[in-house]
Amino acid sequence: MKTPVQFRLNGEEVAAFAESGANLLDVLRESVGDLSVKGGCWQGTCGTCTVLVDGAPRLSCITLAESCAGKSIETAGGLRRGAELHPLQSAFMERFAAQCGYCTPGMLMAAKALLDRNPNPSREEVVDAICGNICRCTGYEPIIAAVLDAARGDSRRRA
Amino acid sequence: MLELRKDIFADERDDNLKEVGKPTQRQDMLGHVTGTSAYYDDHRFANLLHLKILRSPHAHARIRSIDDAAAARAPGVKRIIRGADVPVNLNTLLSLIQFGKDDEPSLATDVVRYKGEPVVAVVATSERAALEALALIRVSYEPLPAVFDVEEALKPGAVSVNAAYPKNTFEYYNKYDHQKLRFGDADAAFAQADIVLDERYQMSPIEHAPTETNGSIAVPDTNGRFIVYTSTQALFFSLDTAAKINAMPSNQLHFIGGTVGGGFGGKVDTLTEPLAILAARLTGAPVRHRLSRHEEMQFGSPRGGERIYIKDGIMRDGRIIARKVRAYFDSGAYTRLSSYAAVKCAAHIPGPYTIPNVSADVYCVYTNRTPATAMRGFGVTALDFGLECQMDKGAVAVGMDPLEYRMLNAYRDGDMKAHRREAKNCALIECAQVAAEKASWPLRDEFRRMSSRTGGGVQRAGGGADRTRAPAPAPAPATRPAPVTPQRVSYERPAAAPAQSAPPPPPRTPSPPPAVQPAGSTHGAPRFSSVFGTRRR
Repeated sequence: MKTPVQFRLNGEEVAAFAESGANLLDVLRESVGDLSVKGGCWQGTCGTCTVLVDGAPRLSCITLAESCAGKSIETAGGLRRGAELHPLQSAFMERFAAQCGYCTPGMLMAAKALLDRNPNPSREEVVDAICGNICRCTGYEPIIAAVLDAARGDSRRRA
Repeated sequence: MLELRKDIFADERDDNLKEVGKPTQRQDMLGHVTGTSAYYDDHRFANLLHLKILRSPHAHARIRSIDDAAAARAPGVKRIIRGADVPVNLNTLLSLIQFGKDDEPSLATDVVRYKGEPVVAVVATSERAALEALALIRVSYEPLPAVFDVEEALKPGAVSVNAAYPKNTFEYYNKYDHQKLRFGDADAAFAQADIVLDERYQMSPIEHAPTETNGSIAVPDTNGRFIVYTSTQALFFSLDTAAKINAMPSNQLHFIGGTVGGGFGGKVDTLTEPLAILAARLTGAPVRHRLSRHEEMQFGSPRGGERIYIKDGIMRDGRIIARKVRAYFDSGAYTRLSSYAAVKCAAHIPGPYTIPNVSADVYCVYTNRTPATAMRGFGVTALDFGLECQMDKGAVAVGMDPLEYRMLNAYRDGDMKAHRREAKNCALIECAQVAAEKASWPLRDEFRRMSSRTGGGVQRAGGGADRTRAPAPAPAPATRPAPVTPQRVSYERPAAAPAQSAPPPPPRTPSPPPAVQPAGSTHGAPRFSSVFGTRRR
């Protein structure tokens, strides 16, 4: 059985028919067509599929799509404003904070959740914010540096 | 102290180092940070079907019967695929280069040889429908005894794992059950050594765990071809393997890859493409075959667990005069790439050290474990772990600084390696000197003056300009060196009697630069393919 679900995705109203029990990851990718959200484990352990639900980081692979009705969802696909990159995106680029890129969308959203509520995090707070996101290319240090750069607003300053 | 050796790679180097020292942006970075890089699963097709696999719950069992009638009638199921449906249901990855026998089925038909081995594939309109149909399949197994330990697998009467290799060892050149290296006379040298250090090193299998699991989508094209979007790390390798298993010409396959969500060696095995293509042929629809995380862990090959024994014969002054290595590569139930790992391991023995007596036996062994494959320097990394642990233990045993112990034994230009090739372009000593300087690690003067050039500023067990001479005392704080029988250092002549002339004093200054190199390439020995036994380049 399919259920209609309506929510805001990156500021736009969207609606989809979701299989009963479908997770938010599948609905975003298969029904809505937001392919910026990636699945890594489909069991809530790797953080790859992290999106923001009403500003809080959520693992979309274990979030019931129906539970998001009426809520505001943010994904990496909506970070950019036109041609302008989000400061986190610029900082990730300049710090080479992505290798294969597969964990990057989830990593960006976990970092955004942090900066949205704490614009001046310490290194420890950054580490804590991304500790549920696995990067297998082992690039945590550049990622931490990028988030700190973005917070300081100096992502475009470095040579 | 640091000297750029520009004679190395002289024909390939360009001293206009305009890229060094400034960042150059990667071409795929913008896609990565905006979530627009297209991985294989970011392609969308109408009426996409999903392939899921029923796997063996046993490490070793005979298949008595398979009942898939209920699954075939289940909602959404389009096709059941069994081993008999696979055109060429036996393959080995390196058969593309005529290395090894076909030993692994795409879908098991009579015997399963590891937990997780594919048995039946279901193609359905959704992943969920496919999984629900799998639960309806009944397979009757007769469990068989299994073997999980590499040395147990080599004992007489051990369970035979792999039908193509009944003795549980890969056969090199259809003839040899292991890789063998002999140089000098290790056993005789152990009898002369002051210290014999015999150690065992056991590695664990390691899962690559890329954040994107292995997967592919096969799409029938309108011209009789199939377009395959895949996570493979080895596009043409996968294409040829898929063509072979499907008994179709490779020009009917169009593989599209390139953006891969992490691989580390775990995406070279062509795990998903052949059945995705077969399913697309049988149904006429696009088919996705995507591993779950559980499948990636259980069926996706890990780095194999290696067991390595290393025995060193060491003189009190720190010279290693003999090294014996016995290594077992756990290939799991099938070959995949461990046969090649064993070749690489044998080629790396005894490490970057000049040791005049070396003996090694390296086995690629079949057990009822998940087949192992490539991972980041496989074959060499495990051996290096063992060798460098061994070097630390050896340094302790003779009371030397571990870095100086390595420098004393390091290759110098012109040394004869255990593989009967001359060491060239050596740089371990210089690396150690720079590392020591950066780490403020104290090196004694003799070691600061050492060089990888011919002779290298010290007499060692196997090196030096005059390799027939008995080694002179090394500059180590050792007790009086025990008398040493001169070691055989070159394969083409037997161990010589001790030379009568007194050894010259150790050089007090760095060796002079070598004579001007002849024109032409000076870098690298002619490269040698250990698989083909032929020279490339």
